[in-house]
Amino acid sequence: MKIAIPVDEKSMNSPVCVSFGRAPYFLIYDIDTSESVFINNLAASSQGGAGIRAAQLIADNAVDALLTFRCGQNAADVFNAASIRIYKIINESIEENINAFKDEKLSLLGEIHAGFHGHGNR
Amino acid sequence: MKQLLILSGKGGTGKTTIASAFIKLSNAKAYADCDVDAPNLHLVMNHLSKPKRTDFYGLPKAEVNTELCIHCHLCIKNCQFGAITEEKEIKIDPFSCEGCGVCEAICPAKAISLKPMVSGELMLYKDNAVFSTAQLKTGSGNSGLLVTEVKKQMKEAIKETPIAIIDGSPGIGCPVIASLNGIDMVLIVAEPSVSGIQDMERIIKTAKKLQTKIAVCVNKYDINPAKNQEIEVFCEKSSLPFVGKIPYDSDAVKAINEGKCITDFDCLAGEAAKDVYAKTMELLLKESEELYCDN
Amino acid sequence: MPGFTGMVTDRMKIAVLSGKGGTGKTMVSVNLSAVAKKAFYIDCDVEEPNGYLFFKPASVVSDKVEIKLPVVDENLCIGCRKCINFCKFNALAYVGNKLRIFEEICHSCGGCVLFCPERALSVKYKTIGYVQKGVSENVSVMTGILNPGESSGVPIIKKLLKDDIQDPIISFIDCPPGSACVVMESIKDADYCILVAEPSLFGAHNLAMVYDLVKMFGKPHGVILNKYLNGNNPSEEFCLKNGINILGKIPFDNELGLLNSNGLIAVRESEKYKRIFSSLLTKVIKEAQHETVINS
Repeated sequence: MKIAIPVDEKSMNSPVCVSFGRAPYFLIYDIDTSESVFINNLAASSQGGAGIRAAQLIADNAVDALLTFRCGQNAADVFNAASIRIYKIINESIEENINAFKDEKLSLLGEIHAGFHGHGNR
Repeated sequence: MKQLLILSGKGGTGKTTIASAFIKLSNAKAYADCDVDAPNLHLVMNHLSKPKRTDFYGLPKAEVNTELCIHCHLCIKNCQFGAITEEKEIKIDPFSCEGCGVCEAICPAKAISLKPMVSGELMLYKDNAVFSTAQLKTGSGNSGLLVTEVKKQMKEAIKETPIAIIDGSPGIGCPVIASLNGIDMVLIVAEPSVSGIQDMERIIKTAKKLQTKIAVCVNKYDINPAKNQEIEVFCEKSSLPFVGKIPYDSDAVKAINEGKCITDFDCLAGEAAKDVYAKTMELLLKESEELYCDN
Repeated sequence: MPGFTGMVTDRMKIAVLSGKGGTGKTMVSVNLSAVAKKAFYIDCDVEEPNGYLFFKPASVVSDKVEIKLPVVDENLCIGCRKCINFCKFNALAYVGNKLRIFEEICHSCGGCVLFCPERALSVKYKTIGYVQKGVSENVSVMTGILNPGESSGVPIIKKLLKDDIQDPIISFIDCPPGSACVVMESIKDADYCILVAEPSLFGAHNLAMVYDLVKMFGKPHGVILNKYLNGNNPSEEFCLKNGINILGKIPFDNELGLLNSNGLIAVRESEKYKRIFSSLLTKVIKEAQHETVINS
């Protein structure tokens, strides 16, 4: 089973990123093999629709669950369509969140916010 | 770091004046001006140092190489924004171009390509405090993205500090939503007028959707005391904290024109602003309280 | 009650703009329209239209404004992702073996429909707002309204300003604040621009920005100094320094402020303001006609 976490740096000591769509990197962690892979978030520099593109990236990496601080409506739609569950992180530590997930202590993300339409070019 | 955003809906309500007063009163070491279309905060903050300037690249725009053009007009026919015309040569209007790439993809001669455009400039002042601001180039879009960069620039320049004050942009669109992203509390400065109330209500709707702590104050309230009363009643009914009202003060106007802050000297507006400040800070520093009703 | 009765000899479109909100753009455009013999008032501030609050127009006719959006035939879609790779706005995603279209993000460029190799994408229409036309005494009031949640008011402004009128009527275009895309769309076809400025440090700074915009578009222009007080006036200084024509000064007045904040049209309530705006209108028409003669 694979989980994804938005992170600020490419390291297991990195804090979890507050944003989802514009996080610089994602950690893809395999619960079964304990393997961790960091991928660049190409959506971070998008003019708009960053959440959608980031969600597509996560879905394409065969992830089963996303651990995040928050998530927009558009990205959430992509995750729902891909049957990827979204959990709310408990603090900034990658390790603690992974352990909490393994112990089934994380709750599903309840508050999905409206899309930001960050393109703002009109 | 607790971030306080000051918004107003319509322009001219005194958002920047109040933001500068709060910055002085809190001795904030981090502040930002998110009104990237028409930044004003730097005019009253009087930084002596030169800011670090960074180009901001916005939407790429289409450019045509007229040497390669075969005048087939496929680009003109397929542009949905009316950005392409031909007199002797194909011309692409950068103001109408939305960077969609249709012309680039459809041109059989590969004469059109999308090029990144500098659409603004970020400025960072770093002396006794960190001040992040930006100016969007005339005629550009992308204000939402630039607003996000302004806040990011501020946060990256100062790791640990208790309070950051952000002067927001007017309106209710993308730049406002971008300003609201990730902040702890928004103070809405309302104008006691028919249009001012309508705009205040629209901002509240937007802020609630993003689940932000909200407080309301009124500036220049004595221009229409009846409308001010309407606002106070509205806040009461909606369970939103009303943190005070500031009178119109010609001494204050004079001071602002001289680049001074209204709390730097004795005046009615300054005194009232101090009161609003105290109440706002109390709410900001309170730990996770539900300060808006669940609609 | 008719005010200025001078002759407008041609179709004349006058845009009223300011660098920031709250300077009195709407107050000026509403009152100049009201004091003319006959006028069009066009509210291009489609996110936050205010003019209709003053005019309270009657016999309102509404016309919807539509944009084009893509729609997918799932039977034809093979998941090649050519549309996703093309879309510069990230409005498409392919998950759960289906193409998902995010309409609020879509810029209606038509690219995905054009380039789908299977012809699985086609066009549908969506209403994003309205153009409303009504009447208030001598003024035809046109309001553009963008539905909340929609991203761009530009298509609405384009429809508002589509002009088939040949009669010698004057139009006042109440522009959105700032200097972004929606403002540019509003002034594109204007014959003359009135820049409204207030006498503050911020006001002068923002006047400079909108002055840059009208110069860039080559529009003849003049300034109205609103909320005018005796003493230090950075906006006035800016005009004098740059040789910008000052069309008039509207004094700061509590009475005007109160009328305005109560949603009343000053020239219809007070003889004093009818006189002030009449002479302002005369000046504006004279300048606008003069400038268009020079430029033609």
